[in-house]
Amino acid sequence: MNEQGSGAPGTGSPVTGAQSLIRSLECAGAENIFGIPGGAILPAYDPLYDSVKIRHILVRHEQGAGHAAQGYASATGKVGVCMATSGPGATNLVTPIADAYMDSVPMVAVTGQVSSAAIGTDAFQEADIRGITMPITKHNFLVTDPAEIPRTIAEAFYIASTGRPGPVLVDVAKDAMQAQTTFAWPTELLLPGYRPVTRPHAKQIREAARMILEARRPVLYVGGGVIRARASQELKVLAEMTGMPVVTTLMARGAFPDSHAQHLGMPGMHGTVAAVAGLQRSDLIISLGARFDDRVTGNLDSFAPNAKIIHADIDPAEIGKNRHADVPIVGDAREVIADLVVALKTEADAGNQGDYEAWVAFLAGVKKKYPLGYDQPFDGSLSPQYVIERLGKIAGPEAIYVSGVGQHQMWAAHFVGYENPGTWINSGGLGTMGFSVPAAMGAKVGRPEATVWSIDGDGCFQMTNQELATCAIEGIPIKVAIINNESLGMVRQWQTLFYNKRYSNTDLNSKRIPDFVKLADAYGCVGLSCESTDEVDATINKAMSIDDAPVVVDFRVHRDAMVWPMVAAGTSNDDIKYARDMAPDFEDDDMERRDA
Amino acid sequence: MSRHTLSVLVENKPGVLARIAGLFSRRGFNIDSLAVGPTEHPEVSRMTIVVNVEDSPLEQVTKQLNKLVEVIKIVELDGGASVSRELLLVKVKADASTRGQVLEVVQLFKAKVVDVATDAITVQVVGNKDKLDDFLRIVEPFGLRELVQSGVVAIGRGSRSISERNLRPVSVPAPPAAS
Repeated sequence: MNEQGSGAPGTGSPVTGAQSLIRSLECAGAENIFGIPGGAILPAYDPLYDSVKIRHILVRHEQGAGHAAQGYASATGKVGVCMATSGPGATNLVTPIADAYMDSVPMVAVTGQVSSAAIGTDAFQEADIRGITMPITKHNFLVTDPAEIPRTIAEAFYIASTGRPGPVLVDVAKDAMQAQTTFAWPTELLLPGYRPVTRPHAKQIREAARMILEARRPVLYVGGGVIRARASQELKVLAEMTGMPVVTTLMARGAFPDSHAQHLGMPGMHGTVAAVAGLQRSDLIISLGARFDDRVTGNLDSFAPNAKIIHADIDPAEIGKNRHADVPIVGDAREVIADLVVALKTEADAGNQGDYEAWVAFLAGVKKKYPLGYDQPFDGSLSPQYVIERLGKIAGPEAIYVSGVGQHQMWAAHFVGYENPGTWINSGGLGTMGFSVPAAMGAKVGRPEATVWSIDGDGCFQMTNQELATCAIEGIPIKVAIINNESLGMVRQWQTLFYNKRYSNTDLNSKRIPDFVKLADAYGCVGLSCESTDEVDATINKAMSIDDAPVVVDFRVHRDAMVWPMVAAGTSNDDIKYARDMAPDFEDDDMERRDA
Repeated sequence: MSRHTLSVLVENKPGVLARIAGLFSRRGFNIDSLAVGPTEHPEVSRMTIVVNVEDSPLEQVTKQLNKLVEVIKIVELDGGASVSRELLLVKVKADASTRGQVLEVVQLFKAKVVDVATDAITVQVVGNKDKLDDFLRIVEPFGLRELVQSGVVAIGRGSRSISERNLRPVSVPAPPAAS
C-alpha cells in the first residue's frame, strides 16, 4: 500500500505528527487538497511538500478552498478535502462548511490549531473552531495527542462519506504535529454511536408499494439524496415501470432526464407550474432523498393538502420533520428505490398495476399549457435566459454546470437542460453567493475531462473571483459565464415586486466597474464580452474552443428580467404565478371529471 | 406540553455536553433539567435530560440527538416504570423561636439537616420533583435564604440495564487504504 513501506495497517513507524497526518490523508484516499498554509498548520505543509499521492492546490482565500472541496466532492462523489490554518484561516472555512452541511456534501476540513498549552489563552490566531463548527458539521474533532491522528482522520472520512454525507472538521494542535509519534493506519473504527441505516425495512417497502398501487395521483418527489446515493438508474426504472410523474428539486436537477416525458421539472418557489401543480394536487407523494424544504412546500399548512406521504430518507430526523409521513422509510435512496422496483414488479406480475392515466393526461396538459418560458426584452437587449439556454445547448448535457445563488441560479436550473446526475452543482440549502467560481474549480479538478461552466451572477462573481488566479496558475481551465445584469438581481426582483421598485442598494454598476474582460486578462484568463443576441452562439463557441486557459465571458444582459414562475414567500403553492399577476387556470372540473 | 425524561448514554469525551446543549438551543428545544455523570462503564457517561415538549417535537429531539456521533443510546423513562430523584439544599431562616417547627417539617419529609447557624439551618432533601416542591411550599413561610437544586437523575425499575447491550463498540471496516 504505502511505498515507504511503513504505512501498512497495524504497523507502527516513528514519524512526526505532521507526517502521520499527511500519511493518514493519503491512506484515506485524499488525492487533492485545497488549502492555504499558515502558522499553526505549517508543520503539515512540510511533509505535504514531499507527498507524491496528494496534489495540494494553493487557493487565494480559504472560502475558495472549502467551496472547491465541495465542487470536487459533488462532481466525483469522493470526499473533498480542504486545509487551513488556525483562527482566521479556520473561520474563513465556516461558510463552505455550513454550505456542505446544508447540502450533504462529503467533505473533510483539516485545520491547524494553536499548541495545546496555548488553547484557551486567546493566543495569536486562536479560534475555537471546533466549538464554532459544532452546529454546522456532521461531526468534528480536536486532536491534541499525535497518536490519535490516524484514527481521527480515518473516522472523519468514514463519517463524512457514509450515511447522510456531510462535512467533518479535524482541528489539530500544532504541538501534536510537531511531536514524535508512531504511524499505524487503523483496521477498524470504534464508533458505537454511529450506525447509519442503509437497508430499508421490508415491511415499509411493501406498504409503500401498496399505497403506490392504490394512488390515483402519485408523484415522485426526487431530492438531492438521489444524486448523493447515485440512484438515477434505479429511479428511471421505477418511474418508467409505473408511469408516475417525476419532479426534481433544485438539489436533484439531473437525477432524471429533463427530456423525459414523465418529468414535470423543478418544484418550489420558482418551480414549473406542472411540478408545483403536480405536488399540490397529488394524492400520494413519494419523497426520495428530499426534505420538504420551505422553498419547495411554500406555506406548509396548504402544501399538497390531499396527499399521503411516503418519505424515504437516509436521515431519520428528516422524516416527519416538516410534514407527517404516512409511510416512513429509513434507508439509502438507491436501496429504497431498488427494493420498491422489486416489490412493484412482484405486484405487476400478479396483475396489480396503478392506474394513473387521467392524472398523467391532466399533468401533460398543464405542462403543455404552461411551459417554461421568458419574454425577449422589448428594447432588444440581451435576455439572460436566452444566454443560459444557448449555453446548455452548445456545451451539452455532458458538461458540468456550477452556479452561484440568485436569479442566474434559477434560470440555470430551468434552462440548461440536464440529462445526467452530477452535472448540476449549486448551493441549495445555504444559498451562498460566491459558491460558483471556486466550486467550478473543484469540479474541474475532480473531472478534468469534462467541460465545466460556472454560470455566475455579477454579484456572486465579485465575492470569490480571486480563485481565477488559482485556476490560471494551476492549469484548471474552467469557463465562467457572468450573467451581468449589473445588480443583485434576485433582491432587485423582490424590490420590484414587493417594495414598490425602491431599489435600495442593489445596483452594482458592474457594467461599468469592474471591467470583467480586463479583470480576466489580469488573472491570466481569456476575457470575452457579449451584449447582443446575435453574438451569443459565436461567443460561447469561442469559449468552448479554448481549453488551455480559464475563460470568463461577460454576458451583459437586460437588468429587469425576472424569474418566473414564482410562489411569493410564505404563501401557498396554489398561488403560483407563471408571470407577473398571471395565475394558471388548472381547469379543476376537467380533472375531477376525468378522475371520476 | 408534557414532561419527558430522557436517559442519554454518550461517549465520555470532551465537548459532548456542549454538543448536546448546543443542539437543544439551536433547534429551539427547552431543557427543564440536565444532569450528567459517570456510569458503570468508564468510557460512557449518562445524561438525564428533562424536556417539556409535545410528542412531535420530542420525536425530533430524540432523532436529532441520535444523529450526534457521540450519542450511543436514548431511552425515554416513563414515570411509572422508573425512579427519579433530585437533590435540594436550602437555607431556611430559623431562630430559636422557629427552629423547632422547621425541624419538625424536616423530620416529616425524612429530610436532613446538614448545617446549623444561629439564624438559619441548611436542609438537604432528596426525592422526586413533587416531594421537593411540597417541602419548599411548607418551609417557605419561614423564609428561604438560599436554594440550590440538582438536575433530575432517573433509572428504570427492574433488573434490566439500558447500558448493557449497546455498549459493545461495533467495529466498522476501515475505509480502503489508498494503494
